[in-house]
Amino acid sequence: MDGEVEKYDLEHFNKTQEQKSLLRFITCGSVDSGKSTLIGRLLYDSQQIYDDQLATLEADSKKVGTQGSDIDFALLVDGLSAEREQGITIDVAYRYFSTEARKYIIADTPGHEQYTCNMATGASTADLAVILIDARKGVLTQTRRHSYIVSLLGVKNVILAINKMDLVEYSEEVFKNIEADYRSFADRISFTDICVIPISALAGDNIFAAGGNTAWYQGPTVMQQLENINVIVDEAAAAFRFPVQWVNRPNLDFRGFSGTVISGQIKSGDAIAALPSGVTSTVKYICTYDGDLDQAVAGQAVTLVLDDEIDISRGDVIAAANDRPEVTDQFMAHMLWMADVPMLPSRPYLLKTANKTVSATITALKHKIDVNTLAHDAGRSLELNELGVCNLFLGEPIAFDAFADNKQMGSFILLDGLTNNTVAMGMIDFGLRRADNIHWQPININKSARARIKDQSPAVLWFTGLSGSGKSTIADIIEQRLYARCNHTIILDGDNVRHGLNKDLGFTDTDRVENIRRIAETSKLMVDAGLMVIVSFISPFKAERRMARDLMEEGEFVEIFINASLEVCASRDPKGLYEKAKKGEIKNFTGIDSPYENPEQAEIIIDSANLTPDKAADQIMLYLEENGYLSDLDYQI
Amino acid sequence: MSLTNLAKLEAESIHIFREVIAECENPVLLYSIGKDSSVLLRLAMKAFHPSNLPFPVLHVDTTWKFKEMIVFRDKIAAELNLKLIVHTNKEGVKQDIDPFSYGSAVYTDVMKTQALKQAFDKHKFDAAFGGARRDEEKSRSKERVFSFRSKSHRWDPKNQRPEIWSIYNGRINKGESIRVFPLSNWTEADIWQYIYQEDIPIVPLYFAQERPVVERDGTLIMVDDERMPLASGEKPELKRVRFRTLGCYPLTGAIESDADSLPDIIQETILTTTSERQGRVIDQDSTASMEKKKLEGYF
Repeated sequence: MDGEVEKYDLEHFNKTQEQKSLLRFITCGSVDSGKSTLIGRLLYDSQQIYDDQLATLEADSKKVGTQGSDIDFALLVDGLSAEREQGITIDVAYRYFSTEARKYIIADTPGHEQYTCNMATGASTADLAVILIDARKGVLTQTRRHSYIVSLLGVKNVILAINKMDLVEYSEEVFKNIEADYRSFADRISFTDICVIPISALAGDNIFAAGGNTAWYQGPTVMQQLENINVIVDEAAAAFRFPVQWVNRPNLDFRGFSGTVISGQIKSGDAIAALPSGVTSTVKYICTYDGDLDQAVAGQAVTLVLDDEIDISRGDVIAAANDRPEVTDQFMAHMLWMADVPMLPSRPYLLKTANKTVSATITALKHKIDVNTLAHDAGRSLELNELGVCNLFLGEPIAFDAFADNKQMGSFILLDGLTNNTVAMGMIDFGLRRADNIHWQPININKSARARIKDQSPAVLWFTGLSGSGKSTIADIIEQRLYARCNHTIILDGDNVRHGLNKDLGFTDTDRVENIRRIAETSKLMVDAGLMVIVSFISPFKAERRMARDLMEEGEFVEIFINASLEVCASRDPKGLYEKAKKGEIKNFTGIDSPYENPEQAEIIIDSANLTPDKAADQIMLYLEENGYLSDLDYQI
Repeated sequence: MSLTNLAKLEAESIHIFREVIAECENPVLLYSIGKDSSVLLRLAMKAFHPSNLPFPVLHVDTTWKFKEMIVFRDKIAAELNLKLIVHTNKEGVKQDIDPFSYGSAVYTDVMKTQALKQAFDKHKFDAAFGGARRDEEKSRSKERVFSFRSKSHRWDPKNQRPEIWSIYNGRINKGESIRVFPLSNWTEADIWQYIYQEDIPIVPLYFAQERPVVERDGTLIMVDDERMPLASGEKPELKRVRFRTLGCYPLTGAIESDADSLPDIIQETILTTTSERQGRVIDQDSTASMEKKKLEGYF
């Protein structure tokens, strides 16, 4: 090959590569609207399919394809065995192709409602959405659902591709009716640009080239729209935001803050503030592997070195000193629930936002949103794939901007602290000011002072176990023995809590969680008062017991598992409850139709099937003595 | 000012690297010595500069890698001052598991999948960076950037954690682990372009040169050492070849090529009509072979 031609070609290639922009889009819509076929067509027509892939595709089309002897493009994108067998898309698949002007990343997302969270995964990083409609079926529930979720996630630009026009004889009337129907829905959500195109993904009409079959349509083809649309938000023009990801300390002489500029820009000498603390400094220089930079803009991953040795850690946000984000520990947000286990208000979750993880509790579900009608429905909990507006309360304050103003500063995910699964995604609407108005009273008399005059170490003795396991009997003996030693105690059990403080609560999972939360908070107040608190509740869920444990200081929480099998408890049945539950007269009875999760970290385990209550109490008192909860005095077992 | 495609990809990868080091206790970088690993290493250096790499680099050595790969590995490790861990499944070596007598499926399972699991269990890694790209293969196109593995190292493709925005969930319980793919959104063209732009060293096997090969089932296999059994009448021929991907020499097909410089390779890559994994015998056992291997704990 001639050297000069070669060089010219490479330079041309490099130049076009350098100027190339990146457009990420999602394809979504109802099942069988032809998403995979459209993508297969885009890849095929842009010549992104290699010979060997084409050979595999032709072989697979004949074997499992749905297009007779023709190529089944959908097989190109459905990657998992289960998907190919069932002919459905389960999870989002990413596909790549490029033109002279742009590199494209396509997220091909599933249409089934049960896989909505996978669709949201694809939508969250998209600049644009291609929403497909089957011309024979028109606007369906899933069309509306996907459109609404896509708009909630901040996508502003949409291509509405009305597909399978070949099956409605390329009728302009069908097209116009669907367009009108869709626009009447879309007017109520926040898209800024909707381009409606009649296509046949199978036949190729209006994908790359205009189809002769739709002479009545004058607008752009799908590819023309993708190539020309300007969706790149000028993030560099927004206020400077830099969530600290990692503190870079290779040696004593260097301390930098590594992270990605998520909006705005920064130069050396600029004044910054670190949030939530509000401490200010100036940028000394911007460090990268490729040398120090004069300035960094949105999208760049850099390391900032500051003039002062101020205390900044991972999760703090470095912002322009004169244009700061808000700081709050309470806010309202839209949330999409993504777990099989429903949302439980009051249950502690973990919230992760730009690099920061804090504990979070949903204090109120204000309303659910019906994605079909956009109506607001009342509800106490969110199930899988349900949307709602909630208030959240955090364990510590975070810096944020409203999602509408800054996507990355206003978005978060919720995690289950036990399984670590991602259970929800959220978009912050605004901070709630309530927190600002509650100031902690300065306290001179504190917990240890209160405990000192009682000559004891305050603690919670948390008895958990099935109904009939012997909790209350043993707890009662423990209180008598402590009282005999002049300890100051209180028992919290069903009788004094369910009938008073918690009489508004029933026995659903949601109410059980709230029940325990109130007991845990009450216990904490009593521990602050210097008391030894004896709690005797079934408390069936690990998460709530852990929440109670986390409320107390290290060593203040003693979990006592009164362990007896269901058979033993049911045979004792002191209150006749098991008999009633088995007959269905009591609903949600632990052990019968509601689960009991055994403790994994109990300090004391009592084998109540084989111990008398007195022997069990001996074991507990011995533990308390050996672990310093009881002063020696003259006490003997 | 808007960032170019490559600048965006680079920043995304750096963000991923930093997130893992901030959230995981004992990460490792899986170094396969190939071009993607070379890019991966460079991005890692960038992510933590001026600090050294805050994690070790693991090479699972099947004992059947090209000789030139091992030489290159040791040179890079010395130059970059890497904490290099080399792990080989000694049981497999003892049983003489080789790709010729046992076939690629058994061989890969014992010398790669099992070896990797051994290394994980031995060093108690809770996160591992890999250089896989989503454009390589169908099941990879479905995988998350942070890909969760159970205690038995299994991937559950039907039940992946949602991955929203760039907020990654790296939390795991004891014994579980995550695989992390910072190059998820890179394409083969991006990789070559970046190697060119950044002047990243790669194994010479990527460049065309006369090498001894035999043709088997339409694939050109290089005779890298005397362990390669030859059928009667089979004779290595010197051909001008190069490799588009690198692995174990008996399982890696060469292509005939004159491309002996980066510009030539880029040119060839863009004009090419076959996908790069075609050179890998390992994927061709059955349609869903990569998915199956991943389920079993292959990276």
